Amino acid sequence: MPKTPPSVSSRRWAMFLAAAIASMAALGAQAGEVKVAVAANFTDAAKEIGTLFAKTAGHTAVFSFGSTGQLYTQIAQGAPFEVFLAADQERPKKAVDEGLAVPGSSFTYATGRIVLFSKDKGVVAGEGTLKGGKFAKIAIANPATAPYGAAAVQTMKALGVYDALSAKIVQGNNIAQTYQFVDTGNAEVGFIALSQIALHDKGSRWVVPESLYATIAQDAVLLKRGADNAAAHAFVAFLKGAEARRVKEKYGYGPGD
Amino acid sequence: MPELSELWSPIRLTVALASITTVVLLAVGTPIAWWLARSKAPWKEAVATVVALPLVLPPTVLGFYLLIALGPNGPGGWIAGLFGGRSLAFTFEGLVIGSVFYSMPFVVQPIRNAFEAFGDRPLEVAATLRAGPWDAFWSVAVPLARPGFMTGAVLGFAHTVGEFGVVLMIGGNIPGETKVLSVAIYDYVETLQWTQAHILAGGMLLFAFVVILAMMLLEKRIGRPGL
Repeated sequence: MPKTPPSVSSRRWAMFLAAAIASMAALGAQAGEVKVAVAANFTDAAKEIGTLFAKTAGHTAVFSFGSTGQLYTQIAQGAPFEVFLAADQERPKKAVDEGLAVPGSSFTYATGRIVLFSKDKGVVAGEGTLKGGKFAKIAIANPATAPYGAAAVQTMKALGVYDALSAKIVQGNNIAQTYQFVDTGNAEVGFIALSQIALHDKGSRWVVPESLYATIAQDAVLLKRGADNAAAHAFVAFLKGAEARRVKEKYGYGPGD
Repeated sequence: MPELSELWSPIRLTVALASITTVVLLAVGTPIAWWLARSKAPWKEAVATVVALPLVLPPTVLGFYLLIALGPNGPGGWIAGLFGGRSLAFTFEGLVIGSVFYSMPFVVQPIRNAFEAFGDRPLEVAATLRAGPWDAFWSVAVPLARPGFMTGAVLGFAHTVGEFGVVLMIGGNIPGETKVLSVAIYDYVETLQWTQAHILAGGMLLFAFVVILAMMLLEKRIGRPGL
């Protein structure tokens, strides 16, 4: 193969570089960034939606995960988030009431389900597992800050087993830590979000009937800090779109508004 | 006003955890400090380094390893199995184990320093008076190292009270069992119950001030030459 003369090669390189820089600059003119506070149950779905969002809209979504209550406290204390994806409707509403969010911007982006889960086969078999109580520890998310934890408590109360089980409850700081407690085997069973185990069929699980707890309607809201950010508006729009809906369905979420 | 009993539980628990941890640390830390002070082994500084590691490591590193070690597949799970449990995570005993590692350097270092400070001379004198090593240790070394023991005990206690990250990772936030003061404060802040947070946080501030002041005054008194 004939060798390319060095002069041509270096000229090509220069052209390539110039083109690359120009295209990057062009992209930079529109590419924005949006900081999103996301309830921990939505972690995997949010990451996937973020990747699609970057591809489609050219903006970057930067996520911070925590329990809904923790994130709300941070927002109330001036955290620089622009969009808030909560696991309930209460906190986004409160954010609007407190003047932290754009009025009228909240909408339900998903409805969640809780699951009783064990990483071992044959441990969880319906509500009988709760009534039998043959386990030392049951993990739930902190019901005061995590709506999925509150739903777990409602479920146990609805089945009349809460008092019997309350001594065995360990609380995760958010639903992600709760899943970790169960996944490490430190708690034999735990109430987690369906989305956390929707992509595999390991262990044993019982998808709790929705009649046993109040629907976990998860609202999103555009925060005041994101009101003038095109990327924040674009993310909210993307979250309502068909691509995002497919991701939500994949993770077991019900449709929102 | 918030329910006071609700605030008492984490306080009681924290005091119990810090007291037990301090006692365990004095029992475990003293021989280690003695060995570190007296041994001529070339690798003793490596041991001293291991003891000091929690000073540098983020609590999350310790919390991560403890979670595995205390869990059903670790030695903690094995020990729990002897008592019919399956994991030492989310138990008071598990917190004691975690705190012992976490606060170890704060107890061992001052005691070691105190043992080193008086040198070989007093022990040699004791030996000429025909005191056995055991006798010399209790009637000469320990009294001479008293300031080191006091400092170690106070620091070990205070540092355990101030523990947060490790407890958050291996505690499971169980009221009366693993929900210690620092975690209770965190919970109150996260749920916007700021009255409770203020009471507990203010109390901690006062406690820390009193402890450090007492330490400084103590050191001035018993650290004085000739005593």
